[in-house]
This record gives sequence, C-alpha cells and structure tokens, in this order.
Amino acid sequence: MSEESKAIQTYDYGVVKLFSIAAIAYAVVGLLVGVILALELTFPELNGNIPYLSFGRLRPLHTSAVIFAFGGSVLFATSYYVVQRTSQARLFSDFLSKFTFWGWNLIVVSVVITYPLGLTQGKEYAEMIWPIDVFIVLVWVAYFVNFVGTLAKRKEPHIYVANWFFLSFIIVVAMLHIVNNLAIPVNFTDSYPIFSGVQDAMIQWWYAHNAVGFFLTSGFLGIMYYFVPKQAERPVYSYRLSIVHFWSLCFLYIWAGPHHLHYTALPDWASTLGATFSIMLLLPSWGGMINGIMTLSGAWHKLRTDPILRFFIISLSFYGMSTFEGPMMSIKSVNALSHYTDWTVGHVHSGALGWVAMVSFAALYHMIPRLWGTTIHSVKLINLHFWLSTIGVVIYIVAMWIAGIMQGLMWRAYDQYGNLTYSFAETVEAMHPYYLIRTIGGLVFLVGALIMVYNIWMTIANADKRATASV
Amino acid sequence: MKHQTIEKSVPLMAVLTLLVVLIGGIVEIVPLFYIESTIEKVEGMRPYTPLELRGRDLYIREGCYNCHSQMIRPFRDEAERYGHYSLAAESMYDHPFQWGSKRTGPDLARVGGKYSSLWHQAHMKNPRDMVPESVMPSYPWLAENELDISDIAKRMEALTMVGVPYTKEQIANAVADLKAQAIPDSDSDGLLARYGEKVSLENFDGQSDRITELDAMVAYLQMLGTLVDFSSYQAQSR
Repeated sequence: MSEESKAIQTYDYGVVKLFSIAAIAYAVVGLLVGVILALELTFPELNGNIPYLSFGRLRPLHTSAVIFAFGGSVLFATSYYVVQRTSQARLFSDFLSKFTFWGWNLIVVSVVITYPLGLTQGKEYAEMIWPIDVFIVLVWVAYFVNFVGTLAKRKEPHIYVANWFFLSFIIVVAMLHIVNNLAIPVNFTDSYPIFSGVQDAMIQWWYAHNAVGFFLTSGFLGIMYYFVPKQAERPVYSYRLSIVHFWSLCFLYIWAGPHHLHYTALPDWASTLGATFSIMLLLPSWGGMINGIMTLSGAWHKLRTDPILRFFIISLSFYGMSTFEGPMMSIKSVNALSHYTDWTVGHVHSGALGWVAMVSFAALYHMIPRLWGTTIHSVKLINLHFWLSTIGVVIYIVAMWIAGIMQGLMWRAYDQYGNLTYSFAETVEAMHPYYLIRTIGGLVFLVGALIMVYNIWMTIANADKRATASV
Repeated sequence: MKHQTIEKSVPLMAVLTLLVVLIGGIVEIVPLFYIESTIEKVEGMRPYTPLELRGRDLYIREGCYNCHSQMIRPFRDEAERYGHYSLAAESMYDHPFQWGSKRTGPDLARVGGKYSSLWHQAHMKNPRDMVPESVMPSYPWLAENELDISDIAKRMEALTMVGVPYTKEQIANAVADLKAQAIPDSDSDGLLARYGEKVSLENFDGQSDRITELDAMVAYLQMLGTLVDFSSYQAQSR
C-alpha cells in the first residue's frame, strides 16, 4: 500500500476535505462581494437603493467573508491536515472536528444574514453581534482542544515548526476576540462595548492589527512551513531561523496596533511605540520570507515546471513586499500622507490577495489531489490561474497606490494664495478612474479563482470515477 | 534552556507563547486607563440625548464608519477643512468609538451645524443632488422608516452599566425627551434641563406628522463635534 493511501485510511481527511471545499466556495463569494463593492464605489447607483446592498452594510460582509470564511476555512483545513501528518496521528476527536466544521459554517451563515440586515457591532473586522461572538468562542475552544489533543498524541517527540505557528494563531486569536468583544447586551441582537473612545480605539486596533498578525500571518506561515518544503521536496532552509522567526514575530507583532492611530487622540507615546515595533517587525517578517524562499535552494529549476511552487514563491514575494510597505507606512511622516487614503486599501490587498490568497491557493492545489488520492485535473489551468492572480493583484495595488498618494497630496495641497486647492468633492472625483481600474484588477483575480473552481471540480469528479472503476 | 525542551512540550510551548504576546498588549493598553492626561478635562461634554443616541445606533447600523472618519488630525489642512483637531474627551461616551480608518467621504467629527438639516434631508435622499461627484449610497429608507423608540430606556441603562453617566431621571424620561427634541413646539423644558440649553430642537426630517429614522440620524449628525467649548479649552502637552 502506498504511503498516501495509508494516510487516507489513518487520518481524518473527511473534515479536511469539507473545509477545503468550503474555502474554495467562500473565496468566490468573498471576492465577488469585493468586486461588487468596487463597482459600487465607481458607480454608486448600482446598489439600486436596496438597503441590504448598500456599501456600508456590504463592506463588512466582504472583509468577514475573505478573512474569516475563506481564510478561516483554509486555516482549519491546512492545520487539521498538517497536524495529523506531522504528528502521525488521527485528529483527537471526530466529534470536535465535525463540530468545528458545522459550527464555523453556522457562524459564516449568521454573518451573511445579519450584516446586510444592519445588525452589527460597528467595530471593524469585529462586526459580529454578541450571540455570534459567544458562539465563536465555543467553536474556537473546540478547535484548540482538537488541535492540542492531536499534538498530544504525536509519535514524533518534536512539535513540527508549522504547528508552532498554528498553535500561536489559535491562542492569540482567542485572546484578541474575547477582549475586543466584551460588551453589555441590550437585546438579542444589540449591545454596547464596555470600552469607549480612546481605550476602545487602542483595543480595537490591538485586535485588528493582530488579526492580521496572527490570523492572516502566523496561521499562513504555518502553511508555508509545511507546504513549501513538501512541494519543493527540500527541508526547511534553516531550523535556527525558524526559531528566531517564531518568537520574534510573536513578541513584536502584538505591539504594532497603535500605528493605525497616528496623530489621533491616542496619546503620542502609544502610537510612537506602535510605530517603533512595526519597524522592528520588518526583521522577523523578512527572516520568515527568506526561510521560505531559500527552502528552494538547490531546487530552483522546479519553478520552471511547477506552477504550484510558483504560487508559493510569488506569495512569499508579496509577503515580503507588503511587510516592507507596512513598516514604512507606520512611520509617522509617511502615515500622515497615507492614513485615511486608498493607499492603505492597496496595502491590505497586496497582503490579502498577494500573500494570503495565493499561498492558500497553492496549499489547496497541493493538498486536494492527495486528499482524494488522485492527481490534479490540469496543470495548465493552475498556471493560468497563477498568471491571472498575479496580474490581478498588480493592477489592483498599482491603481490604489496612485489613487491613495494622489488623494493624500490633494487633501493637503495649497494654492498660491494660501488656500486649500481642492474641495473634498474634487478629490472624490479624481479617484473615479482608479476605482474603475481597481475593479478590473479584482475581476481578473476573481476569474482566476473561478478557473480554480473548475479545475478542482474536475479533479474531484475524476477521482470518484477512478475509485468506482477500481472497485 | 534549550529550545528542544520547549518544542517537545505542548503546554510549555502554549504558555510561553501566551506570555510573549501578553507583554505588548499590557504595556500599551493598561496605562490608558490610569494616566490621567489620556482624556483631557474639557467643558461641555455630555451623554447623547435619546434621539441622538438612536441616530448614532443608525450610523453604526448603516456602516457609515466604513467611509467616514470622526477623528481630525492636528494638521493645518485638516484644521481648515474640518476644524479643531479632535480631543480624546470628545469620544469618551462613544461605545464603540467611531474614529474610522478611511475617508472615502469627508471627516464627520465636526459636521454638526456645518449644513442645514434641509441639506441633510436632501443629501440622505440622494447625495448626488447636493454633491454631484459623491459616491455615497442614497439612504431613502431613513425618511420612510418609523424610528423604533421602544427600547430607548433599556439602551440607556446598558450604557450606564458601561460607564455613561445617564441619571435615573434621564432614563425615566427617555421617550418624552426623544419626542421633545424631534417635535417642534413641544414642551422641551425637561429635555433642556437634563441635557443642557445647547441641545438643538428641530423637525430634523422635515416631516411634522411622525418621528422617522431620518430625525435621529440628522439630530446625531447635527450635534457631532459641537459639545466642547473651545473658547475655554487650553491645550496641554501630552
């Protein structure tokens, strides 16, 4: 019996399969809502004056769909896959695995229903109303127990480095979620957070920036540490660098939040401290990127023939780029220009599309054929997806760079008489062509994702046929 | 201690990770509750009136914070465009804060009194009638929907629990105060006694027969940034 078919029998691949399919479905939904929002900013009448489709209610749906529905499903799928294979043990509890899957999807469905109805907590990336927040805690505790329980069953004495990152992601997200969502309910749907004003702002951005740091970075670095060596068939470049990378990332990231609050009513000492740590954060970020990319040393030629590996390497390149851009934008004088503009939106998307989505696509392409005991339907289509994604992201972020910097400069421009040169409305008008270009970039990225849907669909369909034929 | 020891033990790894991530948060968050200069001493701050509070709830419901900040930075261009930079004290009763992170539309921290309520009524119906370049969604339903005031007292009680200093009297008179602010020529003495003489009394939605969501929204927008008396405010270095 081959190693892969033994794995299929030993491990719980069922839950990994479910989360993988959910991830792909949510990727399409999240990206589609993003394209709709981009269109609404370009042509505001498009929402048809339907409350449920207005920008302010849909934007949280987009961010939650891509971060928590898509990103979350990818993290569940990959962490369950990686922890089983590196521990050589089946998941701790089949019940908890199923509970986390159906629980997480129930959360996603509740979000999809409540946000358009205007049921929101009004905190960015934490809009879920309090009953959903409570249920998230339940599912998260189940996830923690299931993950740690599996680690406890491991046959190998060392915990593999990918699992350090997954573990830190699970622990820190629990801490952030609980503290940031403390609130007093008014009724079943409404509540008021216990913190207000400046403290609420600090806690919110401590939460939100570390949702980036631990949900969208630490978790996905776990993916990098398992899947890049597997796909390249080379060991991780440096074990020592992994250790330094892990602890410095955990320690430094948590401080970075207040760089979102430069020149606000937050005391200067706090935002300066945030900026200082943000700049230091460049080192572990690039250390991690180097550790990932250099894993290919001796195997660079594989990039010519393997589009999955290409996906991994370009995602790490985007990771490197956005983790350089981030510290730069946290410098006060840069932030004075970039804050409140579309530059920030571009920066987020170079990280979210370029790094998170692309590393996820690569991991799914690697994992799905192994889960179903088959081979990918079409390597050519992976390659096409790779190019569409890359081109889509580049169009998107270039448009937002131009829009954002222009916006920032127009807001502060003075004419020869010492008056403000532009009214706010003029700066809105100037954004229009770039919002259109951004929409096109997002659309190209979405088309790439649809090609993935087709490719994965055919892969799984053929796997079933093959299984029937062999019986 | 060798790293091998840590990476062979799940409990050790988990506890150390938690300790490492606790430090930054504690150092940055905890002092904000204790350092007195964090929130300036100012004249004029008061909790929202019931009508303004419902308006703020609607502001959150519609996700206005996705495109509008309420935080003016201390720059010359922002001072000219929006007014005096925002103080921490000005959002001390804001649960949650609404500083925002993006200006697809302009900052609203001091939009109160900048436009007439008539302007807001037309603008909410179709922003492009007032500002042709605008990409803001239209909000025609605000003028159509009756304002839900059934649980206003409960809302104020919840806010009291998180530290907003509503008095028992203010909570007991919540519905009366809400109506007094939105219906012109009603008896507003109690409302003004409880919230101050500066509270603006107006038919905010332009419809005299009923209280709509637009009443609350415009009442909220019209008071934004108007509370603090800047003639008596002395900036201190922080």
